[in-house]
Amino acid sequence: MTVEAWTFVMVGLSFTLYIGVAIWSRARSTGDFYIAGAKVPAVLNGMATAADWMSAASFISMAGLIAFMGRDGSVYLMGWTGGYVLLALLLAPYLRKFGKYTVPDFIGDRYYSQTARFVAVVCAIFVSFTYVAGQMRGVGIVFSRFLSVEIEVGVAIGMGIVFFYAVLGGMKGITYTQVAQYCVLIFAYMVPAIFISMLMTGHVVPQIGFGSQLADGSGFLLEKLDGLSRDLGFAAYTEGRKARLDVFCITAALMVGTAGLPHVIVRFYTVPKVSSARISAGWALVFIAILYTTAPAVAAFARTNLLTTICDTPYADVPSWFERWEATGLIAFDDRNGDGIIQYTGDDAANELTIDRDIMVLANPEIARLPNWVVGLVAAGGLAAALSTAAGLLLVISTSIAHDLLKKGLRPDISERKELIVARCAAGAAVVVAGYFGINPPGFVAQVVAFAFGLAAASFFPAILMGIFSQRMNRAGAISGMLVGIVFTAAYIVYFKFVNPDANTPEHWWFGISPEGIGALGMLLNFAVAWPVALVTAPPPAAIRRLVDDIRVPRGAAEAHEIDA
Amino acid sequence: MSDRSKRYRYWRRNLLYVELLLVVWFLVSFGCGILFADRLDAFTVGGFRLGFWFAQQGSIYVFVVIIFVYAFLMNRLDRAFDVDDRRGRRSR
Repeated sequence: MTVEAWTFVMVGLSFTLYIGVAIWSRARSTGDFYIAGAKVPAVLNGMATAADWMSAASFISMAGLIAFMGRDGSVYLMGWTGGYVLLALLLAPYLRKFGKYTVPDFIGDRYYSQTARFVAVVCAIFVSFTYVAGQMRGVGIVFSRFLSVEIEVGVAIGMGIVFFYAVLGGMKGITYTQVAQYCVLIFAYMVPAIFISMLMTGHVVPQIGFGSQLADGSGFLLEKLDGLSRDLGFAAYTEGRKARLDVFCITAALMVGTAGLPHVIVRFYTVPKVSSARISAGWALVFIAILYTTAPAVAAFARTNLLTTICDTPYADVPSWFERWEATGLIAFDDRNGDGIIQYTGDDAANELTIDRDIMVLANPEIARLPNWVVGLVAAGGLAAALSTAAGLLLVISTSIAHDLLKKGLRPDISERKELIVARCAAGAAVVVAGYFGINPPGFVAQVVAFAFGLAAASFFPAILMGIFSQRMNRAGAISGMLVGIVFTAAYIVYFKFVNPDANTPEHWWFGISPEGIGALGMLLNFAVAWPVALVTAPPPAAIRRLVDDIRVPRGAAEAHEIDA
Repeated sequence: MSDRSKRYRYWRRNLLYVELLLVVWFLVSFGCGILFADRLDAFTVGGFRLGFWFAQQGSIYVFVVIIFVYAFLMNRLDRAFDVDDRRGRRSR
């Protein structure tokens, strides 16, 4: 069978599976819709969290990003996993005990303030929309590259699928579909990785192959890659180029941002007990770590493969995958010196090859000459990653609108039936808006990802953390801290990304901290403002101090929902 | 022992666990992976330079272990202080 036929089979089978799961697990109450009735077993919640978390970017782009960044790519590996330690130790168990539906719920109740709730809702919606547009685009790209349909058609199919299970099933439908999607995506990621590891190093486990000798007897993989990179005028693969303080800040901002992202946090409301919230964060990280420890191995394999097969090869002799991906524009050869040979080097003036980082995962099976069904599997995996993340984000948006804005804000007397209808309509509308951005991506999507993490790091994380670990933190402190954190972080990013992009170089950054890492400083500012303000203003009411006392003790979490559901 | 001082001691012990585990978290990622990575790079394990291994592999494995250790310690502590969530599922 051809690559295209296999892709249709794999994608078709996986979509049938998702729809079947969605029908089996549809939501019947607002509790089901927002938090799956708080009855999801810890291991399954871990799997769903992993699928929710690992987006099209993790699946398609991350290994390529690392392949080009080498050692500096570590900021993503540590940043996007280390946040789960913060979640498990500092946030998840307490938020589960608090036991309402959303992050703005906690902020609004703990700081006894509709203003704080409103700020949190706006941040949650902004962060989620930023993210979801990228996912829809990812769906379109996978469709157009593997099935040669128009990007618009691809996005429309993706919207249809997400609409079906997010609107019908709410959190319950999403959770169980995400479990299925995790299985598809991790299988699709590991199969090519294992194949390539065996081809290049003879080791079945990519994480071990990564640090082993090459099968052709030319020494250790990483040593060879360092040597190849140096010879071609690139920096050695295992040496970093970024300043240490910047690496430190980016890692910190990504970790704290991860722990503060609303679509991740809300997953821990869906488990039955406080103890299951803790262990479920552990399972989530296990399932994430399988992909995240494989990605740097894939990066090193793909980079070595690319350098050995393409460099100084006559253009007439390039392998067939090169031509196939040339047609998509992901790889381009410009014969500047007219000798018909591909010169790929770190010297910009002499370099003749431009490579999109996404190709490292998408074309990897072909570069390594794997069977056609593996290529089809990668397409299905990329779609699973994009759809699962999109669904989780859409749910945060619909919950924010139906629950936080309407039920807790404008119309407190709304019945559960009506609230559920509004939540479904909001999810439907959000799908349409996300689809629109997927088809007409605003040029700033890639730029604003730094925003999502920076804002989560500078606003949600400190506010929730202080709300749990301090009884003295009050409304004035939390709100002023959040505002200062948000304004500072947003201003820094907007200045370097939009107002004056030419100045976006290490000489102009404060202390050499890039916009990606500034969220770490924003978080410190948040703490630094919140404390003194809280100390000079009135302490929170006694009821709030009892609330804080209560969330610190696990007993009673299982009943917490009965008041609302 | 009053209920209040029991809760206080439970919370102090929880904070102690969190602090110790966060020190480990910081050491393996920011420490071994970034701050002392250059010094660790002098050692190799297989084909890995040690600092590079911590940054791209080791820290992630340790993160997983930290969470499971915390879950284990807290489950034991919850039972010892009789504050665990005994009712598994909420009744409907």
